[in-house]
Amino acid sequence: MHDHSDHSHMSEIEARVRALETVLSEKGYIDPAAVDAIIQTYETEIGPRNGAHVVAKAWTDPAFRDWLDQDATAAIHSLGYASRQGEHMQAVFNGPGQHHLVVCTLCSCYPWSVLGLPPVWYKSPPFRSRAVIDPRGVLADFGLSLPEGTAITVHDSTAEMRYLVIPERPEGTDGWSAEALAGLVNRDAMIGTALADAPAPQPAQAGAR
Amino acid sequence: MNGGADLGGMMGFGPVVPEADEPNFHAEWEARVMGMIVALGAAGQWNLDQSRFARESLPPGDYLSIPYYEIWLRAATHLMLERGMITESELTQGRAITPPAPIKRRLAPADVPAALAKGGPVDRPAGSQPAFALGARVHTLNIHPESHTRLPRYARDKTGEIERIHGHHVFPDTNARGEGEQPTWLYKVRFNARDLWGERAHPGDHVTLDLWEPYLRPIA
Repeated sequence: MHDHSDHSHMSEIEARVRALETVLSEKGYIDPAAVDAIIQTYETEIGPRNGAHVVAKAWTDPAFRDWLDQDATAAIHSLGYASRQGEHMQAVFNGPGQHHLVVCTLCSCYPWSVLGLPPVWYKSPPFRSRAVIDPRGVLADFGLSLPEGTAITVHDSTAEMRYLVIPERPEGTDGWSAEALAGLVNRDAMIGTALADAPAPQPAQAGAR
Repeated sequence: MNGGADLGGMMGFGPVVPEADEPNFHAEWEARVMGMIVALGAAGQWNLDQSRFARESLPPGDYLSIPYYEIWLRAATHLMLERGMITESELTQGRAITPPAPIKRRLAPADVPAALAKGGPVDRPAGSQPAFALGARVHTLNIHPESHTRLPRYARDKTGEIERIHGHHVFPDTNARGEGEQPTWLYKVRFNARDLWGERAHPGDHVTLDLWEPYLRPIA
């Protein structure tokens, strides 16, 4: 809400958007209160915590993991995360020697229902252009270097399937509760530009076990 | 179309620069645009694929340089002007001048949770069996339509393998042209990265795309 980098452009576009919203409201096409409610939903209710819950459950519940593998749409919807841009889901599982990365080269397809709205970098040309031709270079931009011999599969979201990466469960988390594990699942790990966080030295303090 | 949106494999944009603790919106107008465009979906004046085509039809120089929500704004404005829902004078004066066009529905605030929960599923009942089985080798078409397609340039005229049969989905190419949903089988097709990018690619890497049956030909 505080972008001073290009003030005159911002003022111009703010005025344009305000004019458009007035016209659309007066003509009865939209209700500004509905616009508020949509914004509010993504500001407060739908975000990467949803996806972290899915991942942590997959790490701790083998039957759920299998369901997620076979029918991610139903498995994710069963946790209450059924919404726009999550109508059709597939989960892809990182493991030893295999890493997954998700992109939409043609636009900005992203699993809103489990990750919320996409960050700017995900929608921008540097990521969209390079993820498919130079995934290792892209991961290096995020400070991520994979072990020698690890293969990468890049998933270009060209249809209405939305992809969720299930990162590898971090070492040193045996016996952790799903709730505590969810705290290690960062958003980028579910896109594939990061790994899940390593546990803090004294996990008991984070409410584990 | 071979527009500014078809970015896979392009070069020269520099590194990816993630922003720490990035907010959902960087200005109030971005939030209003997101909310308005989602709300306008209920009006039923265009479908998903027409909306995507409007965005990718922006001049490439503009597409590549304006903020993402401005792409949404300009495309939606174009669609509404094209359909006679609004006029240039109304946009300039910031008030309604002409009578409203009939719309399917105005999204009420109370209906927002249900509308977001429902989303817009695109799977449709199938009256046929998929032409390709898991593991089948397929070759993608070499097409360059000026209309909408979801077969990116980098994956045209390439050979891959069927990895998954996702279901029977709306076909964007016809839907964007107003020629109906014409649902067809959607597959996850897996390509060796070297088959797409040559020797520069890592030998163990793959790229998968979700492609509809009309994009694919069998390999004998």
